Amino acid sequence: MTLSSQTKNLLKAHEEVDAKIEPNAGWRDLPIGAVIPQGGTATQFATGDWRTIRPVWSKEKCINCHRCWLYCPDMSWISEDGRIQGVDLTYCKGCGICANVCPTKVHAIEMHPEDDFKEDEAAKEGGK
Amino acid sequence: MALPDLAKKPQRFTGGHRACAGCGFPITIKIILQAAENPVVVGCATGCMEVTSTIYPYTAWRCSFIHTAFENAAATVSGIEAAYRSLRRQGKIQQDIDFIAFGGDGGTYDIGLQSLSGAMERGHKLVYVCYNNQGYMNTGIQRSSATPRGANTTTTPAGTQLPGKPQHPKDLTAIMAAHDIPYAAQASMSHWNDLYRKAKKAFAVDGPAFLNVLSTCRLGWATAPEDTVDAAEGAVQCNVWPLYEVEQGKWKLTFKPKKPLPVADWMKQQGRFKHLFRADNSQLLESIQQQVDENWQRLLERCGE
Ligand SMILES: Cc1ncc(C[n+]2csc(CCOP(=O)(O)OP(=O)(O)O)c2C)c(N)n1
Ligand code: SF4
Ligand code: SF4
Ligand code: SF4
Ligand SMILES: [Mg+2]
Repeated sequence: MTLSSQTKNLLKAHEEVDAKIEPNAGWRDLPIGAVIPQGGTATQFATGDWRTIRPVWSKEKCINCHRCWLYCPDMSWISEDGRIQGVDLTYCKGCGICANVCPTKVHAIEMHPEDDFKEDEAAKEGGK
Repeated sequence: MALPDLAKKPQRFTGGHRACAGCGFPITIKIILQAAENPVVVGCATGCMEVTSTIYPYTAWRCSFIHTAFENAAATVSGIEAAYRSLRRQGKIQQDIDFIAFGGDGGTYDIGLQSLSGAMERGHKLVYVCYNNQGYMNTGIQRSSATPRGANTTTTPAGTQLPGKPQHPKDLTAIMAAHDIPYAAQASMSHWNDLYRKAKKAFAVDGPAFLNVLSTCRLGWATAPEDTVDAAEGAVQCNVWPLYEVEQGKWKLTFKPKKPLPVADWMKQQGRFKHLFRADNSQLLESIQQQVDENWQRLLERCGE
C-alpha cells in the first residue's frame, strides 16, 4: 500500500507522541488524552498537495491592497512590513479566491493548471 | 484600519487546516482574531470549524482552544470566563483575556440555543460568534433553522414532493438582541471592514456580545470555490443578509445596498437553488422575494430609516 504524504505525516506525528511514553509507564505517566500541548501544529501538515491549479503572482502589477492576504482561507499570502512578498504554496489548495478578489483592473494573480509546472519541477528534482 | 497594517499583526490561525478549498469560515476567524487585542481563549462547538482545524495531533490555533460538544460552546466558555474572574479576584491572574465561543448555525440556532441564551442572560463577558453557513455542513448538508427557504439539502431534498426547505430562516440576531445584551450584530465575511469594526466593539463591551457572521460553505451552497466571497457579498446586496448592529438596545443599519439585487440573482449562482428556476417553482421564488422585502422593511423601521 502506498501512503499519501499526508498519512505519512500523521503517522509520524503519532509516533512522536508515542515515543514519549516509557515502556513500563503506569497510567499516571501517560499523556492526557485529546490534548495537543502546542499551538499551530497544523503548519506541519502541507495541504498544498490538494491543489490542481496554482496562483501565479505578478509583482509588477500588484498594488499591495492585501485583499489576497485577507481572503485566502489558507493563510498563503506572505506580507512583511505591510508589503506583499508573494504566495507560499505549502498550504495553498488552489481555490482561486485570491485571483478573484484581486481588483479586476489590476489582475495581478492568474490561476494556472498544476500540470504546467510539472516539467519545471521534474527538472529541478533532476538537478538536485 | 488599512489592510497592510492589519497584516503586520501576527496571525493566530494557521494554514494546514483541513477545511475544503475555498471554505468561508477561515476568513471569518482571521478577521475576528486580528481584531482582538488581548490573548484569546477560544471554545468551539463540534462542526466543520472544529473538525477541520483540530485533527489530532494537529491544530491550526495558536491560542488556547477547547473543543466542546455540539450543544454547549456558550456554556463551556462562560464557565472558563467565570473561573477567570475568580482567579483574577484572587490575584492569581492579572492579564486581560478575551473569550470567544464559535459555533456553526446548527450549533447556535438549533441545538446550542439554550446554552447560548443562558450565557447571554447571565451576563458573561464573552463574544459568541455564530459562523453561519446556513446548514449542518459537517455531516453532509442537512437543513438548519438558518437554511434559506427553497434550499436543497439532504433533509429537504428538492424533487417532485418538495421544492427544497419549506421554511424561511428564523431571525436569531433579533432573538439575541431581545436578550438586552450590550452588543449584537449581523455581519458577513465578505465585508471585512464592517466585520472587523463589529468584532472590535464586541471585544470592548463590558458584558456578552453576539456576532452572526455569514460564512460561505461552497460545498453546501454548491458554488465554485473561487466564488466564496462573491456568494456572501451577494446575500448582503440582495437583502437576504442585511448588515446591522444593536448597541445598548439601539438598532442601526451598517450597510445599505445602493440598489438591492433581486434575490434570484444571488440564488442563480448557487446549485442548492437550481430547482427554483424551473417554471413550476416561479411562484415560490416570488414568495421568497416578498418575504425578504417584508423583513427588510421591518428592519428599516427598527433602525429608524
Ligand atoms: C449531540 C450531537 N448530535 C449530532 C452530532 C453530529 N454532528 C456533528 S457536526 C454536525 C453539524 C454541525 O452543523 P453546524 O453547527 O451548522 O456547523 P457546520 O458543520 O455547518 O460548520 C452534526 C449534526 C454531534 N456531534 N453531536
Ligand atoms: S488559491 Fe486559494 S488557497 Fe491558494 S493562495 Fe489563492 S486564495 Fe489562498
Ligand atoms: S489582491 Fe492583487 S493587487 Fe492586491 S495585494 Fe494581492 S496581488 Fe496585489
Ligand atoms: S463542508 Fe463547507 S463549511 Fe465544511 S469545510 Fe467544506 S466548505 Fe467549509
Ligand atoms: Mg452550519
